[in-house]
Amino acid sequence: MTQAGATALLEQALELHPQVALRPEPFGALAYHYGNRRLVFMKHGDVVAVAKQLADHPSLAATLEACDIAHSRWPSFATAFASLKSSEIVRER
Amino acid sequence: MSVDSLVGQLKHGLDAPICLTWELTYACNLACVHCLSSSGQRDPRELSTDEAKAVLDELHDLQVFYINIGGGEPMVRRDFFELVEYAIGRGIGVKFSTNGAYIDAEKARRLTAMDYLDIQISLDGTDAATNDAVRGTGSYDLAIRAMDHLRDAGFVERNGPFKISVVITRHNVDQLDEFKALADSYGAQLRVTRLRPSGRGADTWHELHPTNAQQRQIYDWLMANGENVLTGDSFFHLNALGDSLPGLNMCGAGRVVCLIDPIGDVYACPFVIHDEFKAGSVRDEGGFSKVWKQSDLFLELREPQSAGACASCGSWNACQGGCMAAKFFTGLPLDGPDPECVGGDADEALAAVNTSLTPKPAMDHSKPVALTRRLIPVSAG
Repeated sequence: MTQAGATALLEQALELHPQVALRPEPFGALAYHYGNRRLVFMKHGDVVAVAKQLADHPSLAATLEACDIAHSRWPSFATAFASLKSSEIVRER
Repeated sequence: MSVDSLVGQLKHGLDAPICLTWELTYACNLACVHCLSSSGQRDPRELSTDEAKAVLDELHDLQVFYINIGGGEPMVRRDFFELVEYAIGRGIGVKFSTNGAYIDAEKARRLTAMDYLDIQISLDGTDAATNDAVRGTGSYDLAIRAMDHLRDAGFVERNGPFKISVVITRHNVDQLDEFKALADSYGAQLRVTRLRPSGRGADTWHELHPTNAQQRQIYDWLMANGENVLTGDSFFHLNALGDSLPGLNMCGAGRVVCLIDPIGDVYACPFVIHDEFKAGSVRDEGGFSKVWKQSDLFLELREPQSAGACASCGSWNACQGGCMAAKFFTGLPLDGPDPECVGGDADEALAAVNTSLTPKPAMDHSKPVALTRRLIPVSAG
């Protein structure tokens, strides 16, 4: 993803797709999309925490802020959520 | 986290399986020569409708997202639709494997109308001669007719591609492109899996399994087409040939995969129906959860596995020593090479195995061989 793409995603209002279920696992969580049958490994507990709170905040950046994610980690979160968005685990609201 | 470290995590097991196969019945209208569960006749001890629903309740509580239903032929069960509808109602997606014999126009419409349902039609040849040699006379036509009904019912448009599921043998390996074209013509997705010497497959594996040259052919084809073809990650033993194929490069038995058989016994994977790999029963106190979380067998499988005789081979990281079931039922040690080791490291050991002593499946539900009625000449004198 380009730098501009990542920045743009940070400003977007996102939510977990309503057809997605999260199951806690030792490494983070498994996300399953009942619509497209995709199974996605969320490989960090912080990613799971942010994903669950997306709908409560006006943007991905605001969610990261609310979850106390250090700014230095934001680019990797932007990349992770871009990937989750492309598999429709999260979507724009 | 890299793919390697994720695989490392998965080897320690998940809180619940991600790929749970549930064979609903040992009854089957066909008698495929490679049937991994030696199916044919119903077992009188099979789970009742209520017992099956109780298992589904448990899987719901464990957040099992979807199950793979098989058999035997699962549609033979009179409560097939009742159980599938119950599972879906509990938020458990269903993919079921069928030979297609019972999918007529009406059933195809009913299946199409269900949410979160996926269908896998078994087919082992792109022509009747190749397919029927393995799956029985008339089975090719049954499968094609079922797919025609699903197409006419608009299944793909509503539910996404159904699957055409192929077990690769030395006789159909040259048809991979044709299988792909056939799947494409229905808007379906192709799934190809590895032949295992399990069930009746133990008796036919030596004649049916791909030659080593054909294994290279499969590997090359999957490298070229693998992104759009499902494999159940069953060909990881081929990774020793070069770059890794798409998918998880690991044996999931007891870690992310397991089997519930028709009488409720829980095995490490669908290909090891043998006491050695039986972890317990859903009928035991504590049910399926306790078996998954606490059985000695599954806990042992989640410990680091020894590379054994493969430890000095440079390819072990790539192929992981191959498939446990394939080794077990061909009489090879579990901590040595796969019988289809692409480096040929099992050839000698395999040739030395006394096949009369190899492990036999725990149960055989094959139909009795029909004895040809002999005409006794009666003299009229």
